[in-house]
Amino acid sequence: MTGSGLTERLPRLLTLVPYLLARPGVPLADVAADFGIGERQLRRDLELLWMCGLPGYGPGDLVDLSFAGDTVTVTEDAGLRRPLRLTTAEGTALLVALRTLGDLPGMVDTDAVRRATAKIERAVGDAGAAGVAVEVSRQEQATTTAVREALEAGRALTIRYYTAGRDAVTLRTVDPMRLLLVEGRGYLEAWCRRAGAVRLFRLDRVDEVVVLDEPAAAPPDAEPTDLSAGVFPARPEHGSAVLLLEPWARWVAEYYPVEQVVELPPDPADERNGHDHGPDGRPGRRADGRARVLMRYADPAWLVRLVLGLGGGARILEPPELAAEVARRASEALVRTDGGTRGVGPG
Amino acid sequence: MSSARAERLVNLVLCLLSTRQFLPAEKIRATVPGYADAATDEAFFRMFERDKTELRELGVPLETGRNSVFDTTDGYRIARQDYELGEIDLEPDEAAAVALAARLWDTPGLAGAAHGAVLKLRAAGVEVDETRTGPVQPRVRAVEPAFGPLLAAVQAGQVVSFPHRRGGPTGEISRRTVEPWGVVSARGRWYLVGHDRDRADVRSFRLSRIAGPVSTLGPPGAVQVPPGMDLLAVVDRGVALPPVIGTARLWVAAGRAHGLRRMGRVLRPLRLPGDHPDADGDELEIDLRSLDIVARWIAGYGPEVVVLHPPELSTAVRQAWAAAAAAHAGALVAPDHVAATAGDVAR
Repeated sequence: MTGSGLTERLPRLLTLVPYLLARPGVPLADVAADFGIGERQLRRDLELLWMCGLPGYGPGDLVDLSFAGDTVTVTEDAGLRRPLRLTTAEGTALLVALRTLGDLPGMVDTDAVRRATAKIERAVGDAGAAGVAVEVSRQEQATTTAVREALEAGRALTIRYYTAGRDAVTLRTVDPMRLLLVEGRGYLEAWCRRAGAVRLFRLDRVDEVVVLDEPAAAPPDAEPTDLSAGVFPARPEHGSAVLLLEPWARWVAEYYPVEQVVELPPDPADERNGHDHGPDGRPGRRADGRARVLMRYADPAWLVRLVLGLGGGARILEPPELAAEVARRASEALVRTDGGTRGVGPG
Repeated sequence: MSSARAERLVNLVLCLLSTRQFLPAEKIRATVPGYADAATDEAFFRMFERDKTELRELGVPLETGRNSVFDTTDGYRIARQDYELGEIDLEPDEAAAVALAARLWDTPGLAGAAHGAVLKLRAAGVEVDETRTGPVQPRVRAVEPAFGPLLAAVQAGQVVSFPHRRGGPTGEISRRTVEPWGVVSARGRWYLVGHDRDRADVRSFRLSRIAGPVSTLGPPGAVQVPPGMDLLAVVDRGVALPPVIGTARLWVAAGRAHGLRRMGRVLRPLRLPGDHPDADGDELEIDLRSLDIVARWIAGYGPEVVVLHPPELSTAVRQAWAAAAAAHAGALVAPDHVAATAGDVAR
């Protein structure tokens, strides 16, 4: 991992000469950082290049370098004036990334992205961009644009935000910190004055945004969110519930983060098993059994809504008070729907 | 040892770049430093074969040919215009877009390749500052262990085989053999798209369902991607919402069911008949997709919603509530006895 293996070193050696040629007198430390190697490895690379050259191998044929203090300059390039063209892997990584950015109007300057993409496609030749594709959510362009403008201008924002956990819409004044794309979705990271904390706001749940005249003023100790464990990491203050999932509701365990999955045999008494449909209308399979899972939730009302919607596909085993809440709300809904629709509309 | 080989390879590249004539192997052996170390003809040819392979893997366009019909053996050269990265000149906003693109990948294979591409651009004299992170930070990550091997197989055009878990975390595992066409990120999740040899059809596989190491079968270059293949369309077929098949009308309680309100249109204020305490609300119109999906969305809101039209939706929602009530009936009667014991689960 020191960068001395041949498959890393050879491309680096071939890139170093034109790189240095483009930057006479560049500090060695900068070069090492750019190439992701230590200064000792860089010096070994330069010593090696200094031994290389064109047939004849006399003075003037060899790569020549001059060192001044901690900087280096190429004085003879032995014909290595340009870098090798991009490999397919490099071309793909860069071009697919650019195309992804091109699908993020509002978040980035897509005009500049398009121009850069065209230029790079021209320069890389055959190293196309096949085999990788990224689809991003792109419905909330106006919101994203307003957020980006506020970030660039350093202004606070008022947003009307839908909190799915509590099924509530609230007005909040926030100090924007970052505009993020995580797991294919756009987020505003901001200091929420109402919560007195840093919050991530899903852009597709921001229903209205007003850029204020007042400057953004997140407290200096407002820490950017650590996203290494995803957008919804388990927190100690979250509740946890044990759910029993019927085969046709098993998708829940994949769609939402769950822990402690226990496989259970199919319920032979259950006639829905085997011919019901999955969440997306596709047929379920007979062989699947039930599963018991532990699920974290930030808000109990969210879990109740989920289980109520699953209509018996999930049973809350723990905590009992949430199970009771599901039963209570289901009964209330039945009473209301049986008595409530009379006389309203064609029904 | 490795240093000597790296030096020999750099010299070989310089030598072959500087010649217009095809150089026969014997000439190369006599000219390029390092080959003189080969004690026998056999040792030399072994060395030379390995070096040629190394250069080709690196993307060096090594040409083979003869200068005239009188030549008895093949010679070698590198055409400069095929070797060198084309001229490229980026405006500052285009360079910023490229820098943002290079930082997009939060996954080892693609991040390394994108960095390699940027190094080459910088060696071509384009200033791309990868280190300056602004407040806009789009990232695409892949944490699945299968990602790296699958990307490599896609790029090498090599058939893969892997254990695949069907339908969720505890589903049944089967081995699949796939001609990989591409890796696709959609809605924040990664999929492999390709021709499933076992099913003899096009399939997409969620990477999170690949339950073990990916192995390659057969030689590189064996996979033929059908021309005009739209990878995203294949994945979308599997995960997209069903199309809109009509509209539904609901009563939603005043100031409640915001999740439903956000996906529909409020038609007018509406008060439910009868003497319910919370009978005030609105008439809401929403798009009707698959009955199952819309019923699930609606049922979650319990007594905050009443389906007015169509009757089959009303029936589906009513059934969901009845099933949820039945599954949780025990919780209402005697909450103390609903502990999540194994006996309870098996009941």
